[in-house]
Amino acid sequence: MNADVTQNPATPARNLLARIGTGHLVLAALLLAYPLVSSDFFLTQIGGYSLIFGMLALSLSLLAGYGGMVSLAQISFAGVAGYTVAIFGENNSNILGFGWPWWLVMPLALFFAATSSALIGWVSVRTEGIYTIMITLAVATAAFYFVRQNYTLFNGFPGYTGLRAPIVFGVNFRDPVPFYYMCLVAATLSYAAVLYAARSTFGLTLQAIRDNPRRMRAIGFDVTAHKVVAWFYAGLIAGLAGVLLVWFNGRISPGTINVAAAINVLIIAVIGGLKHPIGPFVGAVMVVLMQTFAIDIVGAERFNTLIGVFFLAIVFFSPDGILGLWGQLRQRLAQEDLRSRQ
Amino acid sequence: MTANVAASRLQDSGAYALELDSVARHFGALVALTGINMRIAAGERRAVLGSNGAGKTTLFNAITGDFLPTEGRIKFFGEDITDLPPHERIRRGLRRTYQISQLFGGLSVLDNIYLACRGVSRKRYSLIRPKPSDANRMQAESILHAVHLESVRDTPVSNLSHGQQRQLEIAMALGGAPRFILFDEPAAGLSPTERRDLIEILNALPAHIGYIIIEHDLDVALRVSEYVSMMHNGKLFKEGTPEEIENDPQVQEIYLGGGHG
Repeated sequence: MNADVTQNPATPARNLLARIGTGHLVLAALLLAYPLVSSDFFLTQIGGYSLIFGMLALSLSLLAGYGGMVSLAQISFAGVAGYTVAIFGENNSNILGFGWPWWLVMPLALFFAATSSALIGWVSVRTEGIYTIMITLAVATAAFYFVRQNYTLFNGFPGYTGLRAPIVFGVNFRDPVPFYYMCLVAATLSYAAVLYAARSTFGLTLQAIRDNPRRMRAIGFDVTAHKVVAWFYAGLIAGLAGVLLVWFNGRISPGTINVAAAINVLIIAVIGGLKHPIGPFVGAVMVVLMQTFAIDIVGAERFNTLIGVFFLAIVFFSPDGILGLWGQLRQRLAQEDLRSRQ
Repeated sequence: MTANVAASRLQDSGAYALELDSVARHFGALVALTGINMRIAAGERRAVLGSNGAGKTTLFNAITGDFLPTEGRIKFFGEDITDLPPHERIRRGLRRTYQISQLFGGLSVLDNIYLACRGVSRKRYSLIRPKPSDANRMQAESILHAVHLESVRDTPVSNLSHGQQRQLEIAMALGGAPRFILFDEPAAGLSPTERRDLIEILNALPAHIGYIIIEHDLDVALRVSEYVSMMHNGKLFKEGTPEEIENDPQVQEIYLGGGHG
């Protein structure tokens, strides 16, 4: 009887832990403890920034890895969210800035990002492969030039400054530690949602559409509608990253969403690997570290070359990115293990 | 079966499953289908025979909407479906299989069949993982059993053998509540044992499910159909019972090259 009483409440919790998995628990512990050992610079410029760009790449990974649709416009949807924060919240630029509270502005920003993503998705799902890339590249380029030339709504070249993360219940999210944890929560939510939903009915339909859209129609699915819904969810994640990005920078300008940034997101996703939602975050850490420290190694003029060479090496040795390298390594270790037992 | 299978079937069910009214399909100057008139009763099992390029698969594509006919109307259980997109036709109970397997290589066998069941059901956009007690999941398990694929239930489809993929191709058409199925050369590339299994699966289908089967193997075609339509150069040129078709001199000339047993 006593044993029953102690065991019963423990079982669901133990099941949950087992479902989350040891790897995830170790990673969570490390990420939670990271502020204890790191400086403010490493906390925000490396930690927070990697998590934000990891989310952007995750939003691309959702479309490309599961849906087979490569988009270069994810940074543009982040930009939609960022400009929404600037226009509807407070800014220092003396233009617009309605001063709405953060809890109103943030959902609005996500909604605008997701719907604009769904709209661009609806336009581009009629195409496939390289043509989707071209259309979304055109969208990203057009968005950049549009916000740079439009002063009434987007304040053109300088954009908006003075965009501050809120103070909630006395916690100032502009401070490094709270800001890092806010990014960590947002990234964890996005990651867990994608990981869970990949095996959901909608997740399965998306992967099936990637594998064979014709058969999907022949078993009763509206392929176009499913793709557009996927773009909506991808826009939601990109929008969340966009809000965090303007709070990180304290500003948004056309430079935030230029073509270089759009390609950066793609590079992060490819370097990390598209097969698992952890890939974009691994890629983001690598790229952010390189972008921060390559200048010290090879000088200010050559740091992009170093990133380029690293990108080429990854793509050359492992089409599935760093995740693929990890997979190869595990396979080799398993083989060695088998051999040593024989 | 009597010679007038279609008529007797019609009396039983009171409806045509499929009515094609002067359906034609052109690809530029190429006439792939022309003047096809066909009436198939609910529950009827029909074979369509013809040499390569006779227009058999084009006929299927026109019926399912994979591409639209250039001319003519198509009715499914009395409803004009000529202008409906493919998925809407499927939701009305039409199904098809493909000559070259069209499967979801990255998903497991069970997930493939599960999606085939879910496609005509509700909650297609659900972000919840399907439970084992889910109605579609349970139907998928029973179809898995019916087509003898239990042993590869959780295997990614790209790892299956050719025979297993053909088996799954048929399973994909059985999800939901099909009323009429188009089988496009289901026996292509199968071993003799697998062919026997296939005939067994087709003959075990519930009586209300009608189908058209395209089949090059006469032995298979004649054992699973009540009535046969012959196609040549995009036209229907002869219809009859399997016996009539087998013994028709014109058919032997064109399709069997005159030398068939």
